[in-house]
Amino acid sequence: MTMRIEELKPILEALIFTASEPITEQELAQILPEADRATLAAALEALRRDYEAEGRGLELRRIAGGYRICTRPEHHEYIRRYLKTRPSARLSMAALETLAVIAYKQPITLPEIQEIRGVNSARAVRTLLEKRLIEPKGRKPVVGRPILYGTSREFLIQFGLNDLSELPTLEDFEELTEGASVS
Amino acid sequence: MGREGESPDRCEEIPLHEREPERASLSPYTVKLDVFEGPLDLLLHLIKQEQVSIYDIPIARITEQYLDYLRRMEALDLTIASEYLVMAATLIYIKSKMLLPAPARAADEAEAEDPRQELVRRLLEYQKYKAAAELLWSRAEREQATFTRGRLETDETNPEVNATVFDLFRAFQRAMERLKERQELVIAREQITLAEKIAELRALFRERERVDITALFEAACSRRELLILFLAVLELVRVALIRLVQTERFGRILALRASDVDPEAEATALRMTRDDHAD
Repeated sequence: MTMRIEELKPILEALIFTASEPITEQELAQILPEADRATLAAALEALRRDYEAEGRGLELRRIAGGYRICTRPEHHEYIRRYLKTRPSARLSMAALETLAVIAYKQPITLPEIQEIRGVNSARAVRTLLEKRLIEPKGRKPVVGRPILYGTSREFLIQFGLNDLSELPTLEDFEELTEGASVS
Repeated sequence: MGREGESPDRCEEIPLHEREPERASLSPYTVKLDVFEGPLDLLLHLIKQEQVSIYDIPIARITEQYLDYLRRMEALDLTIASEYLVMAATLIYIKSKMLLPAPARAADEAEAEDPRQELVRRLLEYQKYKAAAELLWSRAEREQATFTRGRLETDETNPEVNATVFDLFRAFQRAMERLKERQELVIAREQITLAEKIAELRALFRERERVDITALFEAACSRRELLILFLAVLELVRVALIRLVQTERFGRILALRASDVDPEAEATALRMTRDDHAD
């Protein structure tokens, strides 16, 4: 006697709403032993489509391997009026470049990052560590045993990614930039 | 020059959209010098500005412009990061190599190496990451426009709710214990002085020939007593009343009355402590 999709949908919606971090399908399954996994997955997908279809202010997104209810970006002006906030300080281009190198080349050491960027990147790495966008992933077994860095779960959350495969490949950028430089 | 930093760039947190237009309107005489992320970034900009192909860089022209940029940086009294100078040297090296006639042997080979090859490879690679960084920037832009529900106040996040009456009692107990400790310390301070401790030890050694100093240390009941004991032992060693011996490295320390110290007594003492250890 397992729960039907229509029964599950409102419960899942309530749970995802309550969770302060993206909540994974596995966590939801643990909370809901009444539902079998296939029905649960189907209910999540149905819920996501409901949000899409109805022209709502919220959407159900897959982020960092979990589900999260977010406001739609097109309404940000009104939300900011209410919150009385302005967009917070963004990352510098130096930090973003460093983050891009780490995201595509992880795990990677500081000297390797600097080789690609052509500049000292110690400060950018420190900024990214402080913002918890990257984390140490062990040490490289070479002379000096430098620390290897990789992106964190926080990186996925802050950049709205479900996983790293959602980033375009480096080859995509190659085609893009080649077109630009030859012209 | 050896300044730690990314580049002569001091505007770490300035949003990109405020910087981009400046870069676009860059002209030789109204240069905003703080827009490049490093020598590769500067080179890419010069290549774009001159509308030349990255695969066939007119190295003399680009080198001239690159050096001109460094001179302007200098004129503005900006510290030039060492990476810019390394790149300047590289450009000049490539330029000089290209001026030389190719060795006859190399001309025969199908793959006569272009001196610019390595630089082109680095520029192309850097360009990819620069594009990736711009993509990340636009993603962050979108994410900044979305909001999630704020954190709920649960027991976990609210320590005021979390503390029970038992926690309060435990805190009270701990405070009482700390108070007791403090009182003991005050009494100890009044009772023992270094001179008294030395006298005490002298009396001890009048009675006994051999004292286990480690045990004495372990019996000390406060930091202060321990310290005084330590100083007293040092003093007795200094005046040659006692001698310290150790049966093994990191082992227990014994004090022997100096008058009794002769090779045989010492050997006996050591043997005895070893027996102690065996127990």
